[in-house]
Amino acid sequence: MQAYIIRRLLALIPTLIFASLIVFITVRLIPGDVIDLMLSSNDIGADKKSREQLEAALGLDQPMVTQYFRWVGAIVFEGSLGQSLWQSTSVMQEILHRLPITFELGIMALLVALLAGIPIGVYSAVRQDTMGDYVTRSLAILALAVPGFWIGTLIMVFPSIWWGWSPEVSYTPFRENPLQNLGQMAIPALILGLAFSAVTMRLTRTMMLEVMRQDYIRTALAKGLATRTTILRHALRNALIPVVTLVGLQAPVLVGGAVIMEQIFVIPGMGLLLLEAVSQRDYPIITGVFLIVGVVVVLINLLVDLSYGLLDPKVRYR
Amino acid sequence: MVAVADTVRTARRQRTPLSGPLRFMARLFRDKPLGAFGFVVCLLFLFCGIFADVLAPYGFNQISPINRLKPPSEKFWLGTDNLGRDMLSRCLYGAQLSVIIGLSAAALATVVSVFIGIVSGYLGGKIDMLLQRFVDAWMSFPDLIILIVVVSVVGPGMGPVIVILGLLYGIGGSRIVRGAVLSVRENAYVHAAQSTGASLPRILWRHILPNVMAPVIVLFTTRVGAVILAESGLAFLGLGVPPPAPTWGGMLSGSGRSFMYMAPWLALAPGLCITIVVYAINVFGDALRDLLDPRMRGSR
Repeated sequence: MQAYIIRRLLALIPTLIFASLIVFITVRLIPGDVIDLMLSSNDIGADKKSREQLEAALGLDQPMVTQYFRWVGAIVFEGSLGQSLWQSTSVMQEILHRLPITFELGIMALLVALLAGIPIGVYSAVRQDTMGDYVTRSLAILALAVPGFWIGTLIMVFPSIWWGWSPEVSYTPFRENPLQNLGQMAIPALILGLAFSAVTMRLTRTMMLEVMRQDYIRTALAKGLATRTTILRHALRNALIPVVTLVGLQAPVLVGGAVIMEQIFVIPGMGLLLLEAVSQRDYPIITGVFLIVGVVVVLINLLVDLSYGLLDPKVRYR
Repeated sequence: MVAVADTVRTARRQRTPLSGPLRFMARLFRDKPLGAFGFVVCLLFLFCGIFADVLAPYGFNQISPINRLKPPSEKFWLGTDNLGRDMLSRCLYGAQLSVIIGLSAAALATVVSVFIGIVSGYLGGKIDMLLQRFVDAWMSFPDLIILIVVVSVVGPGMGPVIVILGLLYGIGGSRIVRGAVLSVRENAYVHAAQSTGASLPRILWRHILPNVMAPVIVLFTTRVGAVILAESGLAFLGLGVPPPAPTWGGMLSGSGRSFMYMAPWLALAPGLCITIVVYAINVFGDALRDLLDPRMRGSR
């Protein structure tokens, strides 16, 4: 297991280097002058700083390679992502402040997805080709097509028209009032988890159908083991291994969706930070959020891979 | 030899009445009713998009203060917005934008996927290793975050949105093409072409590409849905094609939002359009995958 972990950690290095290059190049090499955009008349605070000042603040007066190594060096050796252009706060601090909020939203959505997706997937597989199977499968395809921001909009508008109730939009931190915080996060988490639960359901169903055809399931049933035990102990345990991988694959989708939910329900997480930074063209924050999101997703995938080793003994010693 | 040629010719002739797309359609309607339904809705969507100028009763930006926030009626089937613009017309023109963006971005994405996938899968070795690490890193960034960041640098607009969505989904989709190329690469006909000294472009173009077309077609179809969904999300955040262009996502956001409490129909139509079209493309794509490429069944 140790060798496996070490090998997996080493494989992380090229991915992270590429990720940093993608972030750097995306923000700097794309045609269109960042400074021009910042200085355009409709921008907040653009008149406060001159072109040279902005170039110096963004480090754009240096050659590209120097810029890259300076940027990476500051991250690796000082843990610094630079300063916000307009607020002059540390970008890293700002992100660390917002990250737990998005994380909470993501974990809640993940719980929704797993708690709804796995049981429905098992049901659908066990009752293959019955009415229940068709209905749940059709609903799953539908859930993949409904945009989250539309459901969010409907939930903001209709309950308020019908019953004069609308979701709370002034954020309460978890430490201040845990119950109120969880209640507030519940609706966005449900919407965010919806599409994910559909994907989980479809995968669980496919895997269950495949596992249920295996000899060891037939053996278990033939020796008189209760159907329930066979399904839960023998089939589900094996069917769930790919679902763990799915969590890693869906992590970026979840983070992307969180941006929209944070915007609709005014939750001050990473997504809202990014959107605020975009509207103010605060490039150090944009770059910082971009990089941190990528790194977090890479780390989630690392955890997924490691837990894969724990769940599936076949992987462990390979 | 002549006999063989004759048989081949007869066989070809016999297949003609129901060959190609027609026979495929027959199979689609017989075996996959839901997929066929999706296909019909897709055609309808395409039709609305192409003929929006003819079908729409009003212009998409025809402001009429006297008719503001009118509920659905005979005159305005889907009601009007806060500027008195007809929602039906806006939804139809929105379909036009979605068709343009969906098809062109998905086409670009497919070309990019095929290029990277074939080069990476066929050449293998170091190039494959490097390209795949790059794709790995690329895929760890959420689509929407990349979109937001790039739009923040390039500025919003139809062109940038198409190019970014195309590149974004193109790089991600290259995995599927690469997988298909890996299994085709070892076939006897490829080795035969290699040993007769066929040039690399010729092998890729004449031998590899035609044999990975099935997953590529499926990829293109599913990408159209994904692109429309992503574009609407971007427009919702105010980073898509700027107003007054009537994008479906854009209609649900911005200044119109506060009027939804007075005029709830504003919140319904654009969202329904997105859902129905993406649903139709998804079920059609699923059916297409089952019929064309059984290997991909169950994958997403």
